Amino acid sequence: MTRTPLRPLARILQARAKGENPDGIERENLRLRNDATRDRDRTRAQIRLLMLSAGFLAAFSTIGVQMGSLAASVPVEPRRAGAGVEVSATRADILDRGGRILATNMLTHALYAHPKDMIDPKGTAEKLVAIFPEMKAPDLQRRFSDGRNFMWLRRVLSPEQMQAVHDIGDPGLLFGPREMRLYPNGTLAAHVLGGAAFGGESVRSAEVIGTAGIELAMDARLRDPLQATTPLSLSIDLTVQATMEEILSAGMTMMNAKGAAGILMDVKSGEILALASYPTFDPNDRPNPVLAKDAEPGDNPLFNRAVQGLYELGSTFKIFAAAQGMDLGLVGPETLVDANAPMYWGKHKIKEFEGKNYGPMLSVSDIITKSSNVGTAHIALMIGGVRQQAFLRSLGLMDPSPIELAEAPKVKPLIPPKWPDIVTITASYGHGMSSSPINLAAAYATISNGGFKVSPTLLHSTDRPAQQRVLGEAASRAAVAMLRRVVTDGTASLGEVPGYAVAGKTGTADKPRRGGGYYDDKVINTFASVFPADNPAYVLIVTLDEPVETTGPKPRRTAGWTAVPVAAEIIRRTAPLLGLRPQVEPGPFDGIAVVKQ
Amino acid sequence: MRSLLYIASALAVMALAFWAYQENYATQQALRDRDALESGIDVLQDALAVQRAEWAYLNRPNRLRELATVNFDALGLLPLEPGQLGSTAEVVYPAPPVLDVENPVDVIGDQEDPL
Repeated sequence: MTRTPLRPLARILQARAKGENPDGIERENLRLRNDATRDRDRTRAQIRLLMLSAGFLAAFSTIGVQMGSLAASVPVEPRRAGAGVEVSATRADILDRGGRILATNMLTHALYAHPKDMIDPKGTAEKLVAIFPEMKAPDLQRRFSDGRNFMWLRRVLSPEQMQAVHDIGDPGLLFGPREMRLYPNGTLAAHVLGGAAFGGESVRSAEVIGTAGIELAMDARLRDPLQATTPLSLSIDLTVQATMEEILSAGMTMMNAKGAAGILMDVKSGEILALASYPTFDPNDRPNPVLAKDAEPGDNPLFNRAVQGLYELGSTFKIFAAAQGMDLGLVGPETLVDANAPMYWGKHKIKEFEGKNYGPMLSVSDIITKSSNVGTAHIALMIGGVRQQAFLRSLGLMDPSPIELAEAPKVKPLIPPKWPDIVTITASYGHGMSSSPINLAAAYATISNGGFKVSPTLLHSTDRPAQQRVLGEAASRAAVAMLRRVVTDGTASLGEVPGYAVAGKTGTADKPRRGGGYYDDKVINTFASVFPADNPAYVLIVTLDEPVETTGPKPRRTAGWTAVPVAAEIIRRTAPLLGLRPQVEPGPFDGIAVVKQ
Repeated sequence: MRSLLYIASALAVMALAFWAYQENYATQQALRDRDALESGIDVLQDALAVQRAEWAYLNRPNRLRELATVNFDALGLLPLEPGQLGSTAEVVYPAPPVLDVENPVDVIGDQEDPL
């Protein structure tokens, strides 16, 4: 930029020649220069102001537009915040130990109505009655026209029914999706599974809640959304359960019994492979029976005899006294014990079955084989009430069973409040105190597995904590050998299954009358068995309610004639299914003649 | 020089705006695809659950037992029983092979009556 001089020499010389003051030229030039500077600065400032206001305008209009759009738009939930998987509100499936389905869900639809949207309420009601016979046309017509906005019509629909309702074509009839609990095997394992019903209902969905059995006991686990896709695996084996139910129901008919229960349990883990109770029901359509006033609780098909039934289990208890006596070293299997019947204790008279007398002396092994009340009573008196009580408690016979069924915690065994010697005597042969078959199964498992406490469970699991020992191994082995003798030469001879050394003890208890005392002709028969005897693997309990065997000249009501053959058939059929091979038993040693020269 | 820089940055802003616009729509499309896939998976899972339930229903022990009874002539199925289990020791060894004898020669001569 060329700078114009304030006093150009040519003009000053000219001005001097004319005699003018050259300072005027300098002022003139200075003014021109200042004007030019001012103009330039003003332009620059104007541009800057313009840019600044444009910037502000842009910023504020961005904010304004954003606020306007936020205010005007419909709020939308942000989709999929994070990587979490969308949970479905379904209930977990229940499988058996082999992964076969015991309970699952099925998508169906519920039917509801918006009567105000209906075009032809009267005709619609008539068409609905044609599809669903249980609905009443006048009732529906009244409710469709009384001004209500909403009403439920049906909880679940089959696809065919849904199509039929679609074909009515009335806009006031609407469908809501429903997850329905389905038990594909029908009555199989009904008492284990219990049942499920709808809880809170809405048009879009309904929660399914357990009403009984394991569905209620494990309700929180089954409804847990985190575990909804992980099925619950039970210890029940579908095939074994089906076989047991088949034989038990046939046996109940043959023995004219009004009820039956069966439990098959693994002696080491306490896992229950089959649990059945008759009469039974269909958990898909849980009945709500109305019972007569004088009916027993067992007459209700919903009643689980195996878990809820408290019975005086009779002679099956005798082995506990014998095992404890041997464990304490008071007696050995061949020790002779006073068994002279009848025995008098205070004002009480203790008799044998049908007034027999096995005495005067009997070995412990023979007491079990012949089922002598008096002999057992003498062993129990040697043990004493305090130790007997502690032992029965450690076997789990005096507490509600820990099994995962909703009914179990409420079933408290009936124990006399005081424990005088007469209770010690009667409890030793299973009278005077009542317990449930499931507790008996756990106690027999403890007796036969080497003496470890067992808590019955319905959940299939591979790792179980080490169990507490309550009985010595030698006593356990001797007890199983005694139980084996009951089958080979005692009261349970019909329980012999070729190839499977069955050991067990029969129990026959008279049914208590409602008003007190006992019935003469009504009994509860129990057979508690363990097999195979040389290496006990499973415990089977079979209980029949009021059985009577009528093939002989007079009706027989002892367990040896009723519960034992049923149990033997169950063992014969289920043992191969459990993977047990039939074994040829070594013969008794006294059968071999020793030859000596 | 300076104006070149302005033009370049303006172009860069436009290019970025174009890219962001494209990405926005691509994301929305991906979300829509994902939703469609998920609802497809849900439908298939429901169908699978129905199939499993149906399979379990058709294989319920009662029905299989009835079918085995009805078709006994064709199938001959019986319940598993202890007698059907055996051990390898019960399997007999195969019989030793019989030699193939052709053109037998009689090595025992007939004695004629010397008298």
